[in-house]
Amino acid sequence: MRIFRHLARLVRTTAFKLLAAYLAVFAIFAVSVIGYTAWHTRELIQNQVADDLDREVRYLAEQYHIGGIQRLVYVIDRRSRRPGSSIYMLANFQGEVLAANVSDLSLGLLDAAGTRFTTYNRQDDSGAGRSHVAFVQVFILSGGYRLLVGRDIEERDTLRDLVARPAQWAVVLIVVLGLAGGVFVTRRVLKRIDAMTATTETIMAGDLTGRLAVSGAGDEFDRLAHSLNVMLERIEALMQGLKDVSDNIAHDLKTPLTRLRNRAEEALRTARTEEDWRGALETTIEESDGLIRTFDALLMIARAEAGQARDTMTDVDLADLTENVAELYEPLADEQGLDLTVTSEPVVVHGVRELLAQALSNLIDNAIKYGRVPDGGRGRIAVRLARAGSDALLTVADSGPGIPAADRERVVERFVRLEASRTRPGSGLGLSQVAAVARLHGGDLSFADNGPGLVAVLRLPAKAGRDGGGAATDTASRR
Amino acid sequence: MNANLDPDTLTAMRLLLVEDDRDAAEYLRKAFREAGHVVDHAADGEEGLALALADKYDVLVVDRMLPLRDGLSLVAELRGRGHATPVLILSALGQVDDRVQGLRAGGDDYLPKPYAFTELLARVEALARRGGPQATDTLYKVADLELDRLAHRVTRGGKEIALQPREFRLLEYLMRHAGQVVTRTMLLENVWDYHFDPQTNVIDVHVSRLRSKVDKGFEVPLIHTVRGAGYMVRAGLA
Repeated sequence: MRIFRHLARLVRTTAFKLLAAYLAVFAIFAVSVIGYTAWHTRELIQNQVADDLDREVRYLAEQYHIGGIQRLVYVIDRRSRRPGSSIYMLANFQGEVLAANVSDLSLGLLDAAGTRFTTYNRQDDSGAGRSHVAFVQVFILSGGYRLLVGRDIEERDTLRDLVARPAQWAVVLIVVLGLAGGVFVTRRVLKRIDAMTATTETIMAGDLTGRLAVSGAGDEFDRLAHSLNVMLERIEALMQGLKDVSDNIAHDLKTPLTRLRNRAEEALRTARTEEDWRGALETTIEESDGLIRTFDALLMIARAEAGQARDTMTDVDLADLTENVAELYEPLADEQGLDLTVTSEPVVVHGVRELLAQALSNLIDNAIKYGRVPDGGRGRIAVRLARAGSDALLTVADSGPGIPAADRERVVERFVRLEASRTRPGSGLGLSQVAAVARLHGGDLSFADNGPGLVAVLRLPAKAGRDGGGAATDTASRR
Repeated sequence: MNANLDPDTLTAMRLLLVEDDRDAAEYLRKAFREAGHVVDHAADGEEGLALALADKYDVLVVDRMLPLRDGLSLVAELRGRGHATPVLILSALGQVDDRVQGLRAGGDDYLPKPYAFTELLARVEALARRGGPQATDTLYKVADLELDRLAHRVTRGGKEIALQPREFRLLEYLMRHAGQVVTRTMLLENVWDYHFDPQTNVIDVHVSRLRSKVDKGFEVPLIHTVRGAGYMVRAGLA
């Protein structure tokens, strides 16, 4: 029973169905070729026989003309004795047989001239009579003599059998071998597919770290397994992102919420004057604004990582954007004792203008917050946009204390704020936002030492072409 | 033609509020009324559309997620029928692509929830003024401050003030809405065309730079800070 179920499964597979169809087409083709060849050979032999008969009849008629009926009888007699001779019969107008080497041909055959098939009995070695098919030609000589010359065409049929029998076997063999091959191939395919299905099932059961095996053969299954693995990686990253967001919401939103609640309770308990009430309410609003900001930042990161903003992407003139955002921050930097400079090359990227602007703004904001020179002197922030191969490199360098090499990786992680900066305002999500925007655009965010200071490098894939400024869609200068 | 920018001409507005949340609607009605405006209220999209089509309003304030007909569809339908009444869309969905959708549907402004009422009021007043004749004027005038939009020239008391292009646009926007509160986000959106939250108050520094050029050395300051809301250009002290 099991073997039937197994076979039924094999037969249902696409590979097997394809193979069966292919086999059927091939078998039909083989049968037609063999059939056509056999038919053609038979025709050829038939024509050959007809030609031979024709020639012999003409020769005998000639002999009759030369030497009359005696010569003809003599020639026929002599020819009859040769091995493998033709069939001869000569009769006069009364139907008396004058010469013949076959006894039982019906006389009626001689009635009309022309060619036809007939059967006759031939004495073989064992002495038993066996019916043979012959192709005969009847010719009427002057004087009412009728001459029949014929050929046994058994050979022709033997040849046909000679071709047809092996051909039948060949077709049977092709079908059997084909089916066996089909089962073999299909079983192999099924084995790979079953392995994939088993892995996917464990992944579906919740183990997102599972990956499909890649055999290394580089075949279509490997390609499929590779694509699925990339997809799984993406899903795992998204799930991790979702988990991070919910963890962060739980941890970092609850802290300010608790603070908000405590302040409100404290105000209820201790506030006496209208000024106290007003102050408490104002702090409450401030705290809730901070919460909203954090929440918005989290949502933005989650959305960017899910790639939802992709359909709002357009060609963005990054040079224009860089100059605009730097211009927006220049007075603030100046006020904070920092000189902000911008240098840019024409670069166009495909992206979300608003998010790119926010990313750069976060980097500059960060540089202003943490890039001040420790001794109180005048600091520098250099914003630079350059093209490097197929990438756009947007760097923001400051002259502040920088970040120790060991901490640079951690900086990008959500909510991670270095101990030293815990006291500064901000949600701590700024750089995570930049990293999320970079990932959305297929780029990345990294940090390097500016000796002294920090260099933040936002790498984005640039649009091809040196200068796409004309096609750029930056609306900052539009009124 | 000189624009009359006397703030006292800003009369009461007729607003239509389409909001399904009872508490929020009640709060907004009260707050708008206190600000001197007349508010009609619809609790779902169909009622909102019917009222907007039947009556003449200065501004529609439409929540994005509404029963029967959502806010975007309401605006699209209204625009499809040729109604040009300014619409401000309120929404809990505040990300970049949400805003783009809102403006594509025909909204004139998009404010994510939660918002400060001062922000909403300033935006609604700016929208109402937008339909007025001042928008097409080429010369803005507040007291002795004049801004020529064609010649890109600013003078105060007849003396020319040299401004950077961005400072010019900042002043232009403030003067177009003279007598109205203009919030920091409105300035960021309309002068810089950015809608993100800059975390630090970068706008304040720009305004103070502008102020040092426009008001310094003059008896009467024209650029005023409105506490807890934003800025306002007006003649004389409030």
